[in-house]
Amino acid sequence: MAGFGHGPAAPQEVEDPAMTRRNARNGLWLFAVYLAIYGGFVGLNAFRPEVMTRDLAGINLAVWYGLGLIVSALVLALVYMALCRAPASGGKGAGA
Amino acid sequence: MISEPSPLAIVVFVIFVAITLGLSFYFGAKAKSAAGYFAASGQIPWFVNGVAFAGDYLSAASFLGICGMLSRYGYDGFLYSIGYLAGWVVALFVIAEPLKRLGRFTFADALNSQFQSRGITFAAGTSALIVSVFYLIPQMVGAGALIKPLLGFAHWQGVVIVGVVVTMIVVTAGMVSTTYVQFIKGSLLVLFSGILTVLILNRGLSVDSRPEAMQPQTIVTTPGSPTLVNGLPHGRGEGQADLRPVGHVNRLPGDVSSTGPLDPLGYLRTVQNSEIVLWTAQTTVDGDTKTVTYVPKPTAGSDILRPGLSPLFKDLRGDSLTSKLNFLSLMLALFAGTASLPHVLIRYYTVKDQAAARASTVVGIATIGTFYVLTLFLGLGAMTSGTIDLTDSNMAAPLLAKSFGELLFAIISAIAFTTVLGTVSGLIVAASGAMVHDLLVGVLGVPLKDHHKVRVGKLTAVGVGLVAIVLGICFQGMNASFLVGWAFSVAASANLPALVMILFWKGTTKQGVTWGILAGLLSSLAWILVSADTLRDVYGFTPDDAAKLALVPFSQPGLVTIPLGFVTLIVVSLLTRRTVNNS
Repeated sequence: MAGFGHGPAAPQEVEDPAMTRRNARNGLWLFAVYLAIYGGFVGLNAFRPEVMTRDLAGINLAVWYGLGLIVSALVLALVYMALCRAPASGGKGAGA
Repeated sequence: MISEPSPLAIVVFVIFVAITLGLSFYFGAKAKSAAGYFAASGQIPWFVNGVAFAGDYLSAASFLGICGMLSRYGYDGFLYSIGYLAGWVVALFVIAEPLKRLGRFTFADALNSQFQSRGITFAAGTSALIVSVFYLIPQMVGAGALIKPLLGFAHWQGVVIVGVVVTMIVVTAGMVSTTYVQFIKGSLLVLFSGILTVLILNRGLSVDSRPEAMQPQTIVTTPGSPTLVNGLPHGRGEGQADLRPVGHVNRLPGDVSSTGPLDPLGYLRTVQNSEIVLWTAQTTVDGDTKTVTYVPKPTAGSDILRPGLSPLFKDLRGDSLTSKLNFLSLMLALFAGTASLPHVLIRYYTVKDQAAARASTVVGIATIGTFYVLTLFLGLGAMTSGTIDLTDSNMAAPLLAKSFGELLFAIISAIAFTTVLGTVSGLIVAASGAMVHDLLVGVLGVPLKDHHKVRVGKLTAVGVGLVAIVLGICFQGMNASFLVGWAFSVAASANLPALVMILFWKGTTKQGVTWGILAGLLSSLAWILVSADTLRDVYGFTPDDAAKLALVPFSQPGLVTIPLGFVTLIVVSLLTRRTVNNS
């Protein structure tokens, strides 16, 4: 199985500068989106904590928002993967 | 609390450790080159690396520390889960691919790819070493806490066992071994946390109306005299007393005595509308005698499921600006710290290309995110199941498992133990890589051939292991997650400014990077050492004295020291760029 041994170090990959730039740009945009969501969570807890007590379907906003931050990290990560559209050579399907 | 060892737990534990060591020896026999020892020759498959990310990351702090904090203070523990996971977004979107592109073995490689500066190598290697050691402390503390109920050993004995076993793992193998140990451990941790959560939901919530459940408890310690618990000598024999495990539901919605099985949202809804008994600790000192009184405090579930109950976030709901700044500071450090941790960063060199680095990060986020959602239920489950050890919050998850039977306790404890083993292995590899590759070869210019690098790396691993053992004993009883918060603050202050500016600002100079790292590193360390939390929890001052003596207005340094790292880097870069241009 690949990776179980200690073979020679993997060769340096050949890069496509345009793809690298595009991925970096997409990454920064998605980072900004998540930063806004995370910043909202931290800001509300620090400066408007009473907002976090609001009930939605019997559970307060603090719990919903916290769970939402965890789920949205995964959703944005999957969006990023889709946007990158890496070539299939990335680790046997790595760039799904 | 005094723990009695269980034969079943010991057998399961020994099997787990034997398998872990067996894997290490097997893979270790194949590690001959420095590339193999420090970076697995870049051959780890992306999926394995992704789950191994989770294995590395879900350390004692996550499993023991967060569950413990959640069980004692509710939502405040979940803030750590949220912050730890959010940090992966920075790693994926900003750091992963450029870092893979720039580096070879260590974090310093990436920073140095365009400068080849001895100053950067020194600063980055030192930072990696210090952050790794800071991160080792909570792992060793967690190990000591685990061994106590599992094998009946004292805390220090547990720390020594972990230190010795882990050092053996690292010395015999290196990155391939730690990767596969982490892969197995990460998978098992999430799987069994899921099983434990299902059992918690199936058990539901029940009211404990026994009068003794509400009786305060005391521990009196006087040097040279036996410790007294509830007025009697500490022990399990006749005429002796031990602390009771605590944590129960005082009232359920509709005044029912038991809910029966609940779905996940139903569980959270019920907790929010219940009254749960939390415990506060009051410490008084009279001469040499120290008395800690634990007092039950019935608390509304709606109060538990929002931030602000723990001493860490005290007054967050009030008008205290310093409390709010402390909170902002910690959440910033957690967000920025993940992408700055050397043992996380070096895992990007174990896969073969940027696409694999990206894919393994997404797998890591999915695995880690799932686990952190489960921590909410594990923590609340421990809070309401009478499974809290008042002297050590790190024991909540294992004791919760014990409430479902010895076998589950044995498995969970063994997984938690391998969690510590795996994380400590990764940290020691990162630390020895920084020491050998960066400081010894890069800074001091010691000429080492490839196989000598591996040998010196292994000797360094033994040294780091010894340091970890000593620190693990010194920091006994502190919450593992709280301690990791420090490591995140130091890592984010020292490493993140350099990483980000090298990637995104062409004006960055080697002097700017060097001084930026050193400024962030030293300022965050100094801030932590003179903060009220450290004065109270490490130096042993009473909370009032600690607050008076603290030299900084709040305890978490990130809000000041992360920007300081950026500002230092920018200012020094601007000054030195002009010098370079002129010359």
